[in-house]
Amino acid sequence: MEKMSRVTTALGGSALTGRTMHCHLDAPANAISVCRDAAQVVVAGRSIFKIYAIEEEQFVEKLNLRVGRKPSLNLSCADVVWHQMDENLLATAATNGVVVTWNLGRPSRNKQDQLFTEHKRTVNKVCFHPTEAHVLLSGSQDGFMKCFDLRRKDSVSTFSGQSESVRDVQFSIRDYFTFASTFENGNVQLWDIRRPDRCERMFTAHNGPVFCCDWHPEDRGWLATGGRDKMVKVWDMTTPRAKEMHCVQTIASVARVKWRPECRHHLATCSMMVDHNIYVWDVRRPFVPAAMFEEHRDVTTGIAWRHPHDPCFLLSGSKDSTLCQHLFRDASQPVERANPEGLCYGLFGDVAFAAKDSLVAAESGRKPYAGDRRHPIFFKRKLDPAEPFSGLASSALSVFETEPGGGSMSWFVDTAERYALAGRPLAELCDHNAKVARELGRNQVAQTWTMLRIIYCSPGLVSSASLNHSVGKGSSCGLPLINSFNLKDMTPGLGSETRLDRSKGDTRSDTVLLDSSATLITNEDNEETEGSDVPADYLLGDVEGEEDELYPLDPEHVHPEEPEYVLPQEAFPLRHEILDTPSGPEHLQDKADSPHVSGSEADAASLAPVDSFSLLSISHALYDSRLPSDFFSVLVCDMLRFYAEQGDVQMAVSVLIVLGERVRKDIDEQTQEHWYTSYIDLLQRFCLWNVSNEVVKLSTSRAVSCLNQASTTLHVNCSHCKRPMSSRGWVCDRWGSGG
Amino acid sequence: MRLATAANEAYTTSLTVSELLGCKQCGGGRVQDEELGIRIPRPLGHGPSRFIPEKEILQVGSEDAQMHALFADSFAALGRLDNITLVMVFHPQYLESFLKTQHYLLQMDGPLPLHYRHYIGIMAAARHQCSYLVNLHVNDFLHVGGDPKWLNGLENAPQKLQNLGELNKVLAHRPWLITKEHIEGLLKAEEHSWSLAELVHAVVLLTHYHSLASFTFGCGISPEIHCDGGHTFRPPSVSNYCICDITNGNHNVDEMQVNSAGNISVSDSFFEVEALMEKMRQLQECKDEEEASQEEMASRFEIEKRESMCAFSSDDEEVTPARDVSRHFEDTSYGYKDFSRHGMHVPTFRVQDYCWEDHGYSLVNRLYPDVGQLIDEKFHIAYNLTYNTMAMHKDVDTSMLRRAIWNYIHCMFGIRYDDYDYGEINQLLDRSFKVYIKTVVCTPEKVTKRMYDSFWRQFKHSEKVHVNLLLIEARMQAELLYALRAITRYMT
Repeated sequence: MEKMSRVTTALGGSALTGRTMHCHLDAPANAISVCRDAAQVVVAGRSIFKIYAIEEEQFVEKLNLRVGRKPSLNLSCADVVWHQMDENLLATAATNGVVVTWNLGRPSRNKQDQLFTEHKRTVNKVCFHPTEAHVLLSGSQDGFMKCFDLRRKDSVSTFSGQSESVRDVQFSIRDYFTFASTFENGNVQLWDIRRPDRCERMFTAHNGPVFCCDWHPEDRGWLATGGRDKMVKVWDMTTPRAKEMHCVQTIASVARVKWRPECRHHLATCSMMVDHNIYVWDVRRPFVPAAMFEEHRDVTTGIAWRHPHDPCFLLSGSKDSTLCQHLFRDASQPVERANPEGLCYGLFGDVAFAAKDSLVAAESGRKPYAGDRRHPIFFKRKLDPAEPFSGLASSALSVFETEPGGGSMSWFVDTAERYALAGRPLAELCDHNAKVARELGRNQVAQTWTMLRIIYCSPGLVSSASLNHSVGKGSSCGLPLINSFNLKDMTPGLGSETRLDRSKGDTRSDTVLLDSSATLITNEDNEETEGSDVPADYLLGDVEGEEDELYPLDPEHVHPEEPEYVLPQEAFPLRHEILDTPSGPEHLQDKADSPHVSGSEADAASLAPVDSFSLLSISHALYDSRLPSDFFSVLVCDMLRFYAEQGDVQMAVSVLIVLGERVRKDIDEQTQEHWYTSYIDLLQRFCLWNVSNEVVKLSTSRAVSCLNQASTTLHVNCSHCKRPMSSRGWVCDRWGSGG
Repeated sequence: MRLATAANEAYTTSLTVSELLGCKQCGGGRVQDEELGIRIPRPLGHGPSRFIPEKEILQVGSEDAQMHALFADSFAALGRLDNITLVMVFHPQYLESFLKTQHYLLQMDGPLPLHYRHYIGIMAAARHQCSYLVNLHVNDFLHVGGDPKWLNGLENAPQKLQNLGELNKVLAHRPWLITKEHIEGLLKAEEHSWSLAELVHAVVLLTHYHSLASFTFGCGISPEIHCDGGHTFRPPSVSNYCICDITNGNHNVDEMQVNSAGNISVSDSFFEVEALMEKMRQLQECKDEEEASQEEMASRFEIEKRESMCAFSSDDEEVTPARDVSRHFEDTSYGYKDFSRHGMHVPTFRVQDYCWEDHGYSLVNRLYPDVGQLIDEKFHIAYNLTYNTMAMHKDVDTSMLRRAIWNYIHCMFGIRYDDYDYGEINQLLDRSFKVYIKTVVCTPEKVTKRMYDSFWRQFKHSEKVHVNLLLIEARMQAELLYALRAITRYMT
């Protein structure tokens, strides 16, 4: 108590001031420690041991403790600690196993005081007793902890960790005789300093080494531990069995943990590898750090709060050879960047939507959901007035159901399964896919495939079989004269006679050429501009008749879509409000429900015969004489974007894969990746593992092809006893031996 | 029952494979049996190891329950019970961890396709001209559908694997030269680039097979019966050996001769053990009496480092690798080069700044989940394995000796422990032992039976295998440390 008051007055007398700043050290730091006066910090590392004064604007080097003619390993520090009672007293742990104490009050240049060479291996940690002036504790790789009385030459007592390496030792702040130690095997032990024969208590805290621990400055009995398993755990040690109170999952192994002064639930951590940031966590909110300091360019090795009663100043040392002072007000707060809204699809197309209370309230005020919210579920988290972020924590969840049958996605599944994406010539792929789409009643898509084939395949390469297929079908339905003419010409597809005939066709349909190519382009343009208002100008005279003739092609396939045209339309606009993301297939479905899209689809359908057949007959000339092969690539890319925007990533990705190099370079990598991942995600939702794997395989995007390098586990159960066959490959433990 | 049928099948397939691969050199030998239509292979070697008498090695069928389970696991995983397993079963605890790790690396989840894994294994083993491992994995490689063309040489493999050749080379012989530029080169090679996860998988495989090659030579593992050099089709009566059958493996004719190193009197070698134990005792006791100065400690490491390069046996002649093995890697002249001998100053690697437990583990586990854990366990078991025996003595604390061996190997790779007195190595490891260690770790292809016999003459074979386990794990860790440090540097 007495000490406490002194400290507070010290703080009250001169409140800490400063700014976020850093200074360059000559070498990587391994640990830092702050002097009691909060105005000096000591930095120790393999080849650095210096004291810096913390001034208003900068760090000023005050003292270099690395003196002597030759650098000795005794100065290669793994840890450093500044006595919290005595401003002149420091201790370091050396990598060669020596514990050194330093007295800054010595008049000579060399401040080294005592040398304890009792440990056989690296000393990982040293710790002064919080209130005793002369008691020092050390924990070493050799599995021993030693307690030194600085007035004597040797250790007073030795505590054995049964040859498990000690990673951290910390005196309890409140219990005079207690200290905690953490071990490489994941254990934490509690010792009474008077009883070196055995530990008071032991429990396994982590899986793998426990690198650090810290006693809560106020809550007697709270101990925070951090381990290689990337977790920070807070233990209540007052109960007979240590009880895990909180657990924070970080993204890398935890190297240091320090409770934040004056904030009961806050602690700061830094990691051992890969991650260079310092995080301050509220242990009750274990998923998002409360604050984050991103100044360091290499792993942070030491953190210390500048003053035991000031929560705003954090000091840190790093392997990147810098010493930093972080100010809390300059910290970045990931919470602010977190998206507080969540949206998820259910198995049957239901949508759940969670958002901040205020947001939902505001929105409902603007537009009542009453008509749409058939089964709204609303719940609020109970607010805890003690929580500092209680305002943020309240949210509302709404669930919206789809109409039964409205969200059928069978077309998506069928398409995904039946599309051919590779392994055949382009023309065949396009034809096949067009056929699939047509059979599913998706005429616009079918049309697109046909056009793609025309654009990218010179007719000379088109196999007669595929021609047969697409054209022959048309003729069987009694299409107009021009088509049947083509049929006759193309079907042989081999002899010179054919070519002759075709050229005849060219001249004959010369006028159609101009018209239809123009139509093609305008058509695509229109698609791109959402094609909502139907451009009636290119609905040529015979369109009506053809539409009639086209539908009978596959009456049973076209039919299923018909009910969608007559769906009650009032559902759409409301749902549209919620589903404003372009990636989901639901979206497309919605669009299909809407009148204008169905209109444009009808357009495409009605245009189908004109485009496909007339172009077919003349595309040869079109290609050779006038247009470079990549003439259409801009259009095709726009078309792909159009489909993706409409929510049909399936089409976008399929075309991308089928066309391969022809268009890939025109679409930026990130967009492609986005399409791929959306499509793969969809496929996996429908359990189309094979298709999704094929897509992953065929993708050229690096991030995507990494996807199937993640792990897949196959669990096998025995056919007799239904038990999992764990380790024995194909032999069941129970039956294998018996035969 | 099922097991037995499977065994038969495996046996037949292995036969067909051996027919395919055949012993190309001795085509002559086949003619005589052609009339019969069936040629029956006979094992050539005498047991799983050429160094250890067959009767010393555990016979299949006489194992205890734990070992039986291990054998079953091994068989289920690989479809065979290879000679390495049969020798390692001296230490079942380690073997279990070893098999689990190897199974995971080769057959379980991982970023690399199966045939890549085996091919990388072949590449790694081929660096040490270890035809035993190469043959095994050629079979496995073909079995998982690898393209036989790749086996004609690295230049026939995809560019991506070719890029790995350089890392393989450096890692095997001079791991300290690995820089983040190597890593960058692999990760940023347009369409042939590796992902980080793939690279870590590859690095683990490479180091695994480099050290396994050390074990193969260190324990003189005999070729498998279905592999080149593991069998003969000659009837037992024929006395004139087809020379290629012998030299094809790693046999040298002179090694087949009765070893002469063992003829030192038994009492001599008995005193050897006594002396070693006495030294250990002394070191334990006099630990604190005379504390060496810092300079002294530093120079001891340097001396040990320098001496380790002289520890080679005198016959330093270039071995020309067997042709079929050399095709998997280029630049055969690139071998282990000692630290300072070639005028290149390499900064000492301080284990306190980058160690497996703190740093390496985290990195591996991050990029290749679960493998970090498996390797970590394996290191632990290998480092801590002890039966508290030394030759004929019981209840001996061998931790000091094991640590000396471990640190000596790391010392050869320039890895220094601040908290170790390298003077201990000199006291505990005699010259012939150092020669053996050095050869097994750095140039395993040069290990001879004489070397194996001439160190620790009174020790049991199981203890020598134990030493080998320490050697290979220490080597693997050293290589991993350098490779992972480079990856870490690339990432920061």
